[in-house]
Amino acid sequence: MRISTFFYTLKQGIVNIFRNKWYSLASLATITTCLLMFGVFYSVVMNFQYILKSAQEGVAVKVFFEDGISEDQILKIGDTILNREEVLKAEYVSATEAWEEFSEDYLGEYADGYTDNPLKDCANYKVYLKDVSKQQDLVAFVESIEGVREVVQSALTANMLSGVNKLVGYVSIGIILILLAVSTFLISNTVTIGISVRKEEISIMKYIGATDFFVRSPFVIEGIIIGAVGAAIPLGVMYVLYNKIIGFVIEKFNILSQLLKFLTVEQIFTTLIPVSLILGIGIGFIGSFITVRKHIRV
Amino acid sequence: MITLENVSKSYSTGAPALNNVSIQIDEGEFVFVVGDSGSGKSTFIRLLLRELLPTSGRIVVNGNDVARLKRRQIPKFRRNMGVVFQDFRLLKDRNVYENVAFAQRVIQVSNKEIKKNVPSMLSIVGLAGKYKAKPRQLSGGEQQRVALARALVNNPPILLADEPTGNLDPKNSWEIMKLLEEINEKGTTVVVVTHNREIVNAMKKRVVTMNKGVIVSDEKEGFYIDEN
Repeated sequence: MRISTFFYTLKQGIVNIFRNKWYSLASLATITTCLLMFGVFYSVVMNFQYILKSAQEGVAVKVFFEDGISEDQILKIGDTILNREEVLKAEYVSATEAWEEFSEDYLGEYADGYTDNPLKDCANYKVYLKDVSKQQDLVAFVESIEGVREVVQSALTANMLSGVNKLVGYVSIGIILILLAVSTFLISNTVTIGISVRKEEISIMKYIGATDFFVRSPFVIEGIIIGAVGAAIPLGVMYVLYNKIIGFVIEKFNILSQLLKFLTVEQIFTTLIPVSLILGIGIGFIGSFITVRKHIRV
Repeated sequence: MITLENVSKSYSTGAPALNNVSIQIDEGEFVFVVGDSGSGKSTFIRLLLRELLPTSGRIVVNGNDVARLKRRQIPKFRRNMGVVFQDFRLLKDRNVYENVAFAQRVIQVSNKEIKKNVPSMLSIVGLAGKYKAKPRQLSGGEQQRVALARALVNNPPILLADEPTGNLDPKNSWEIMKLLEEINEKGTTVVVVTHNREIVNAMKKRVVTMNKGVIVSDEKEGFYIDEN
């Protein structure tokens, strides 16, 4: 392709947008609305999963050891547990620390009456998991280690969190697929109407001897530009509104501040920018490419 | 240059639009194809443009067997033919210059060449002063001249005109015909499908008369024969 032809095609694509401004606006509005819905939903789901993940990370398994076992042996067992892939972190609580914590929480000044440590056999490890659905595997493993007396777990919390996480995952995949299908349908309809109006123009080009590529290129460029702008607008809107909405939620639900942990706008946008741009440009490209093909066979 | 051998074309319903038609048009000829509505004239042009494929028979244009052309070869094939339609078929949102230049852009002529060729072609059709005008600002005759300029700017060896005067008054019709004659004198083969009895009878060119998909007469310096 000649450079002049390339620039001509590019110019035609841009000129077409303004020439058919109502159609362009309709396409732009459709893509913007769909991708805004997608962006909002994506942010909600990601934050929900983040909150769940934070909650999961707070669920610990407590490992207690047999009487008379030395601290060195306990630390060695701790290392073995830490080496497990599903383990996020493990905190060692010595017998002294366990007593201090207990007496502080429940006894206060009455603790002074004790000369020995009643919890001398209560040195333990608090083990936090990356994924609570693996809790049973870890418990089974830890129980099999020699020197381990008891493993205390909260199976109900773990199962509930794991179940909710799975459910949110499935529901979000379903809703995102439905959103994409609806978007593609709406955008394809808008593009079809826009191109049908120019059916005659396409047939004139073909009679003159234009190749499919030459006829299609301005339409495809037009589709890509509309798709890219249609992706950029909701991204801009979301960037401006995200922190404000998060701030509002934190303020209104202050009581849940320990539980509600949100992703930063940068964390959300690391994925949302490329995904939205790919979706916008992809929908614009595919929509115009396929629809022109219907009219190009002259 | 153009050969049809026993060509028939049937659509899904009704009688065949062309029925066993054979004709030879040589390089540099000027041929009128006449006949009433439904006689097969438009099908004839559409077959030459490879917009339609014959149901049977063989069509050769410029050495190309049209039925054997691959889809990707069609654009190049069409560039050897200028086409003018009754309804002009101009790009309404582009000015006169851009409508004519478009034919050159399609074959990737450089901008420098386009700037030279388009004004020259517009002055041949008498529209040099109106290059900025949009089609809606022109009369029917002027629009047809733009269409003619577009059809000829790439110097095609063949010009097909489908009812080029169908939407024009007698004065403009004659001007368009004069232009077609001039183009033919420069060596372009011209095939004109028309209803215009007065023009056909006055110009004394080869006249092919069609009726119900069949060629009923083919006269070297013929007249418009009314078949009804």
